[in-house]
Amino acid sequence: MTDVPLTPRRPLLARFLESRNGLGLLFMLPAAVFLLCFLTYPLGLGVWLGFTDTRIGRTGEFIGLENYIWLFDDPIFWLSVYNTILYTVVASVLKFGLGLWLALILNEHLPFKTFFRAIILLPWVVPTVLSALAFWWIYDSQFSIISWVLMQWGLIDTPINFLGQPNHARASVIAANVWRGIPFVAISLLAGLQTIPQSLNEAAALDGATSWQRFTKVTLPLLTPIIAVVMTFSVLFTFTDFQLIYVLTRGGPVNATHLMATLSFQRAIPGGQLGEGAAIAVAMIPFLLAAILFSFFGLQRRRWQQGND
Amino acid sequence: MPIDRRTFLSGTASLAAGAAFSGVPGARRAFAQSAAMTFQPEEGASLRLLRWVPFVTGEEEAWNANTKAFTEATGVEVRIDQESWEDVRPKAAVAANVGSGPDMVMSWFDDPFQYPDKLVDVTDLATKLGEAHGGWYEGLEGYARQDDTFIAVPLCAIGNAVCYRQSHMEKAGFSEFPKDTDGFLELCKALKANGTPAGFPHGKAVGDGNNYAHWLLWSHGGMMVDENSNVTINSPETKAAIEYAKALYETFIPGTESWLDINNNRAFLAEQISLTANGVSLYYAAAKDPAMKEIAEDIRTVNLPIGPVGKSVELHQTSTLSIFKHCKYPQAAKAYLEFMYQSDRMNAWIEGASAYCCQALKEFADNPVWTSNPVHEPYSRASESLRPNGYAGPLGPASAGVMADYVLVDMFAEAVTGQRSPEEAMANAERRARRYYS
Repeated sequence: MTDVPLTPRRPLLARFLESRNGLGLLFMLPAAVFLLCFLTYPLGLGVWLGFTDTRIGRTGEFIGLENYIWLFDDPIFWLSVYNTILYTVVASVLKFGLGLWLALILNEHLPFKTFFRAIILLPWVVPTVLSALAFWWIYDSQFSIISWVLMQWGLIDTPINFLGQPNHARASVIAANVWRGIPFVAISLLAGLQTIPQSLNEAAALDGATSWQRFTKVTLPLLTPIIAVVMTFSVLFTFTDFQLIYVLTRGGPVNATHLMATLSFQRAIPGGQLGEGAAIAVAMIPFLLAAILFSFFGLQRRRWQQGND
Repeated sequence: MPIDRRTFLSGTASLAAGAAFSGVPGARRAFAQSAAMTFQPEEGASLRLLRWVPFVTGEEEAWNANTKAFTEATGVEVRIDQESWEDVRPKAAVAANVGSGPDMVMSWFDDPFQYPDKLVDVTDLATKLGEAHGGWYEGLEGYARQDDTFIAVPLCAIGNAVCYRQSHMEKAGFSEFPKDTDGFLELCKALKANGTPAGFPHGKAVGDGNNYAHWLLWSHGGMMVDENSNVTINSPETKAAIEYAKALYETFIPGTESWLDINNNRAFLAEQISLTANGVSLYYAAAKDPAMKEIAEDIRTVNLPIGPVGKSVELHQTSTLSIFKHCKYPQAAKAYLEFMYQSDRMNAWIEGASAYCCQALKEFADNPVWTSNPVHEPYSRASESLRPNGYAGPLGPASAGVMADYVLVDMFAEAVTGQRSPEEAMANAERRARRYYS
């Protein structure tokens, strides 16, 4: 037997630290811990609570799907689902249309362009509760400025019952949400518009494209990826809206403006039924996932357009 | 800094004064207090109280002054945290659940029944206080006692009463306020005809909306559940209450179905309505504003009219004090509460609250605050006419859940706005209540 000189093995820790994967794992650890503690754990706990009859002040027992079965038979829950979808769809469409329009205007050469761009952001900057309180006064059943002006002009005799009549109330909260959400859409789309090379538009113009054609054939396709991302976020924000409704109506009149988020809060915290509240919140997840998938495929489309796939 | 003669003199003078005022008599006072008190604070104790944000500064000042006197007498520091009144419930529930945070809580309604096993048994304290001060009012005691055990000490009822404009009532042809529900309906009709209508909230108003809805139901003999927690809301009495509510609603200013707690105050002070029900705060809002002098002088208050049930029954807001089991110094906490209920302390507090808080102990019914202003008088009967929410069943998570989910408020709102027939509204309320009581 010949003596094989033994190379001393370096300590495990040193090898781990010097390996590519080990170091990578180490660097990712803080982010992973953060995600686990603050996202995965609360989400998991929420899903678990939805399967229990936990109340405030009492740990619950596993009751399977009972919360969901009860909610399935609960007209108020279905009303809140309907309200949430209506609220999200109408508000998002309006925010997209008006936001895109605003972005296109701001993208033109206007005097005081920066000033206008700053002004546009104001509704987004004001804390939601503050703007909601302002809308609360605007929609007051006795002191509404809108009613007052219309009455001064002699167009109506009695104040408009903004928040008292179900459809009025729905329209009013949607209008307030649109007012607040437009800046986000407009400014984000404006950023997208500015990444579109001017030369493409000029080339199209030289080829005789009308401005409508240039918008539909050049601007819009190039803007699609940004639109997908922006609208996903917008839909997510709208779908999970809470503050606006809570300040304006608390879900009234007779639950006509209850969103899933506000109903979840009402049942879970003041009502003390944490399990049922969690179940309502969990019921929002499929809708939110659908919105995220929509964005995912929107982004895919961009790669296909650029010929990368 | 050179110390001259003058600085030296004033310094020693203040030292001497400090010794004279705080040292010796302080010790004597502490001795006197401890002789009168049953509960002896633990060594080195300190306490934290979670309470609702005061509605009137006089109440806060009186409470804090009493607390300060307690600290001076016993050396126990008491930290008082304030939360807006709707946030007290979740905060206290979390504290009870995780076992840390405030040692005591001044909470609303049936909150203690959400976590009774997390609370210190205060039967000894509550029994002693009841015996010493003329006994507890029955309704308030119901909010503090589970079977034979006190899990809280009743503090007060925040009274609710009809507030109306005397001149508008006279103009409508009534010389005195009707005492029964039928007369009340006639008054509201006449007020409407004069263009000075009434208004009660049918929206999700935690306080005023629930007060109104419970009065409607109870005055007509309806109830959410019977003594055995069987849901009995679907009944002829409830139907009568709904029909009555519909008739009253016809006389209201438009828009009450969207009203939250503050709307009726706003409409009343802006002279849009001339009758509503509220705490005494409505009167004080007018009395404190020179521009509203005329309104303030015209405001009269009266208890809500008596319905077919034949006696005055109302919900009112109720507050109790409870001690958490995680409190390290339960004896100090009991001593604190005992101190706050001493006759002169409690009287000072009730007086400071200027008719906002109605006594829980009968001895304090002759507090001068009730006779100091005729507007205060109806509020003095709050503890008497008070009925616990969830009547006639026991308090607990079910009663709390039903009220927090606005089951009763929604039932009346559905019917008066014509969204559902009275029968459908009752059936819906029954279905929702069963979920909590099953």
